Amino acid sequence: MSKNLVSIGDFSKEEILKIMELAAYFEQNKSERLLQGKVIASLFFEPSTRTRLSFETAINRLGGRVIGFSDSGNTSVSKGETLHDTIKMVSGYADMIVMRHPVEGAARYASEVSSVPIVNAGDGSNQHPSQTLLDLYSIIKTQGTLQDRHIMMVGDLKYGRTVHSLIHAMSHFGVKFTFVAPDELSLPDEYRMYLKENGIEFTETTDFMEYINVCDVIYMTRVQRERFSDLMEYERVKNTYILKSSMLVDTKDNLKILHPLPRVNEIEKDVDNSPKAYYFQQAANGVYARMAIITHLLGVK
Amino acid sequence: MKNLEVSAIKNGIVIDHIPANALFNVMRILSLESITNRITFGTNLPSTRIGTKAIIKVSDMSLDKNNLDKIAVFAPQARVSYIEDYAVVAKHKIAVPDNFEGSIKCANPMCVTNKEVVRTKFEIINKVDLAFRCFYCEKVTTSSNFEILR
Repeated sequence: MSKNLVSIGDFSKEEILKIMELAAYFEQNKSERLLQGKVIASLFFEPSTRTRLSFETAINRLGGRVIGFSDSGNTSVSKGETLHDTIKMVSGYADMIVMRHPVEGAARYASEVSSVPIVNAGDGSNQHPSQTLLDLYSIIKTQGTLQDRHIMMVGDLKYGRTVHSLIHAMSHFGVKFTFVAPDELSLPDEYRMYLKENGIEFTETTDFMEYINVCDVIYMTRVQRERFSDLMEYERVKNTYILKSSMLVDTKDNLKILHPLPRVNEIEKDVDNSPKAYYFQQAANGVYARMAIITHLLGVK
Repeated sequence: MKNLEVSAIKNGIVIDHIPANALFNVMRILSLESITNRITFGTNLPSTRIGTKAIIKVSDMSLDKNNLDKIAVFAPQARVSYIEDYAVVAKHKIAVPDNFEGSIKCANPMCVTNKEVVRTKFEIINKVDLAFRCFYCEKVTTSSNFEILR
């Protein structure tokens, strides 16, 4: 049976650590022709810029060839072909399938249909495990360890899938969390329960400044207008969760600011010049993390 | 001998202690509407254990593990007996299973099981209040938003 990456939970702690080592290796060895003669399908049933380009960069840097589409509009999907049939066909062509699909659970289903490994590059609001692995790589790279970090998550903690997956992944590593969000976008009960059951220390606040000087990582997310049922509430809180450089004055020296991007206005532009801003390097780390994922799943490294 | 409220059967199964309001769900989930076996049932019968109960008797039928799991999900207090020649020859203890396939719709409208022809598959994460985590979209369906697939 082929190995897949559909949810972050598919990887054990040991596998996560192996991906970290491989990503570090590929950062030092940016081109290695480990995928010589291999064809990898990149099926983007809905558009994406960063994720698709970084997967395709990773494949190219490893010497593999890419087939696929970046928009299902010009494919047989628009003629009504089922996901089942598309995956069945492509798994006959390629050695691995990287896919993004708007339907939740599409990647898990594809992994049942496909004879080659499936890498989930996002299935609706469900999972986006390669993002989580690049987030972890960014943490280990800037902090020197994943162990015993204090991570502050800010913004949309209710719908943000990157937040939820990172909570799961970090639970292996003795983490402490602070969650900063407006009431309407606070962490779902399900995750609060998960944290309690796993004995993970966490605090919740609506005050951005309360823990800013004690945390090691700030993980920012976008507060989207369309998430609010009460638009007056949105107007009230929209500027509360914006990070400004003046807020960083007394923060820890090792603090790094992460953001899965795209950002809108939740990090002010003047923060970009701070040595604590890390979100653009974080995006660059995506290529190394994805090189690690692909070579690990194909068993070539 | 006490008067039976639902007459006895010679061979088959008896599902007793079904909560009265779960009767038709149990009937539907076991597809009893579409079989030709002789079926007798009663509902809103007094029960000291669960208030009002229902009972179903089906002649010449047996139940496999999958069907017992279905009963456990919709009527966890139910008791299943096998009848041969008017006598109870075996009683089946039913228990809510760890995993459950088919029969229930995933409550997430964006789930692949609601978009393509895919049989639903769940992990039962709460056996008391009944909460099902979808194997595909990972969202939770609870007894408050149960919908039976036909």
